[in-house]
Amino acid sequence: MSFLNFLISGISLGSIYAIIALGYTMVYGIAKMLNFAHGDVIMVGAYICFYAVFSFELPPIVGILMAIAVCTVLGIVIEKLAYKPLRSAPSLAVLITAIGVSYFLQNAAQLLWTSSPKVFPRFFNFGGQASVSFFGGQLSVSWTTIITIITCIIIMLALTWFTGKTKRGKAMRACSEDKGAAQLMGINVDATISMTFAIGSGLAAIAGVLLCSAYPTLVPTTGSMPGIKAFTAAVFGGIGSIPGALLGGLLLGIIEIMAKAYISTQLSDAIVFAVLIIVLLVKPAGLLGKRVNEKV
Amino acid sequence: MGKVKKLGAKTRYNIITYTVVVLAYIVMQLLSTGDMLTSSIEGMLVPICVYIVMAVSLNLTVGVLGELSLGHAGFMSVGAFSGVTVAVILENAVASEPLRLAIAMVAGAVFAAIAGFLIGIPVLRLNGDYLAIVTLAFGEIIKSIFNNLYVGLDSNGLHFSLLSDNTNLAEGGELIIGGPMGIGGIDRISTFTAGFVLIIITLIIVLNMMNSRTGRAVMAIRDNRIAAESIGIQVTKYKMIAFVTSAALAGASGALFAMNYSTIAANKFDFNTSILVLVFVVLGGLGNVLGSVIAAAALTVLPEALRGFDDYRMLTYAIVLILVMLATNSSTVRGFIDRLRFKKTGKES
Repeated sequence: MSFLNFLISGISLGSIYAIIALGYTMVYGIAKMLNFAHGDVIMVGAYICFYAVFSFELPPIVGILMAIAVCTVLGIVIEKLAYKPLRSAPSLAVLITAIGVSYFLQNAAQLLWTSSPKVFPRFFNFGGQASVSFFGGQLSVSWTTIITIITCIIIMLALTWFTGKTKRGKAMRACSEDKGAAQLMGINVDATISMTFAIGSGLAAIAGVLLCSAYPTLVPTTGSMPGIKAFTAAVFGGIGSIPGALLGGLLLGIIEIMAKAYISTQLSDAIVFAVLIIVLLVKPAGLLGKRVNEKV
Repeated sequence: MGKVKKLGAKTRYNIITYTVVVLAYIVMQLLSTGDMLTSSIEGMLVPICVYIVMAVSLNLTVGVLGELSLGHAGFMSVGAFSGVTVAVILENAVASEPLRLAIAMVAGAVFAAIAGFLIGIPVLRLNGDYLAIVTLAFGEIIKSIFNNLYVGLDSNGLHFSLLSDNTNLAEGGELIIGGPMGIGGIDRISTFTAGFVLIIITLIIVLNMMNSRTGRAVMAIRDNRIAAESIGIQVTKYKMIAFVTSAALAGASGALFAMNYSTIAANKFDFNTSILVLVFVVLGGLGNVLGSVIAAAALTVLPEALRGFDDYRMLTYAIVLILVMLATNSSTVRGFIDRLRFKKTGKES
């Protein structure tokens, strides 16, 4: 049963990584930039939800919606102020700007909310219980875990429907394929890129709340390590690919928890990254990435 | 001046670079002996040298070779830990401190070069962002390993163990690397002069390399890999030369850095350090060595100079960073500057 327990917590952690990785991968797909500030948007989302619930005593669902709203706006503002003027600049310049934004968010959070850790409340209690038991109490799964996994599935289904069936989703795919051609077809490229940032940041807010429900310590640097891990997950699955982000996130979460459980707690990060390197050596474009042939 | 003008543009650039570094050294040394530096600036002299070497060496990978590396601090870490270990071993054998420091730095460079070679084999097969993420991964792996590595020295020689302290040292033995605690009780033998010498050596290596056959081959690979390959340049070999050189220099600077403090832990060399150095390189200009030197020195001092802002200094640093990137790269700002120039000179730039 312990194996099943580890597997479930791996899937749960992996679902969080997958939600964050979706933000990375969509932004990368459309703007061809590594948005290093994404991890810090998660942190902002978690703080907003924490204060809404803790200080203003709003119901958790309102807190989550507020976090999503604030992060969506934040994502659009960051894109408009910092990234849009650099649309034609070399990619490294954009990368450094993203790092600047990440520093900015972390330090602003430190000023606004101080660096003393906040203990995130447990939201997900149903019927007064924090967890449900299966198999006569042999397997106990917390509601947080269940809700995380369900949320991830819903988000994946919604995004697949959105990018495949709706007009705006198709515009998004067209932009990531070829911006110039998309513009000629009458697609508003700037608005589409803004929309991608908005969706990515909104997802980051959800990920932030889920992350802090599972690991309840909240500090201004909470987002950076999950951010790096999710970025790794996005590359793992093939950056730019939405199913790839899900697969990469889930695998990364499972590998991390299994490495912690069976090999070594301290070396789990090293093991995760070693697996990534091996995968990239065998499949240089990630698990589900498209291999683009070079034209001469 | 007439003679200088006759020289090629590259030679002139090199002379200017060396002159700036030497002058800066002389001025700082004079100020230091005249007791005119505040203690905080005094304490930053060696770190500034270290970051300059880090930036110049990373510029070799990012600017000259054109591959984004996000794990440069990993090599610094390898250099720091191996350098200090060697220095501790030689504590009694080599009495002269500068000589011991030099040997430690060479050892750091050698170990970092070996690490660079081993990492280079898989890394250099990849391109672009995938290469970047793998260097990031290696940086994190190196950090995890050093966080769990225990090395001890006793009369029987060196003892290694991973995860927990199983070195079982004999009587009188000394634990050099203590896992997450890192190294404690380091002899602080780094000096500003040693840092200056390391910068000069780095500049000689990098500038000469850039203006040599090797450097031109590396730049050809950066500009067009397929074209370079088609005229018979061995892509992997030259990529490896640039990558290993860059790692070795980072290793030497790591050793210097570690011996400037009495304790050093693996967490000091994390992703943020790699990013910090990358910021120096990009702000200084890709492939521009003098730019890296100035950016590294200025940005290391900047947070200290902003101390007056107190709580707001890192926030200000972030805003300055974003504004500088926007000012130098945004097409609107560029167009504005071009218009100003056009008004002044009447010429299209």
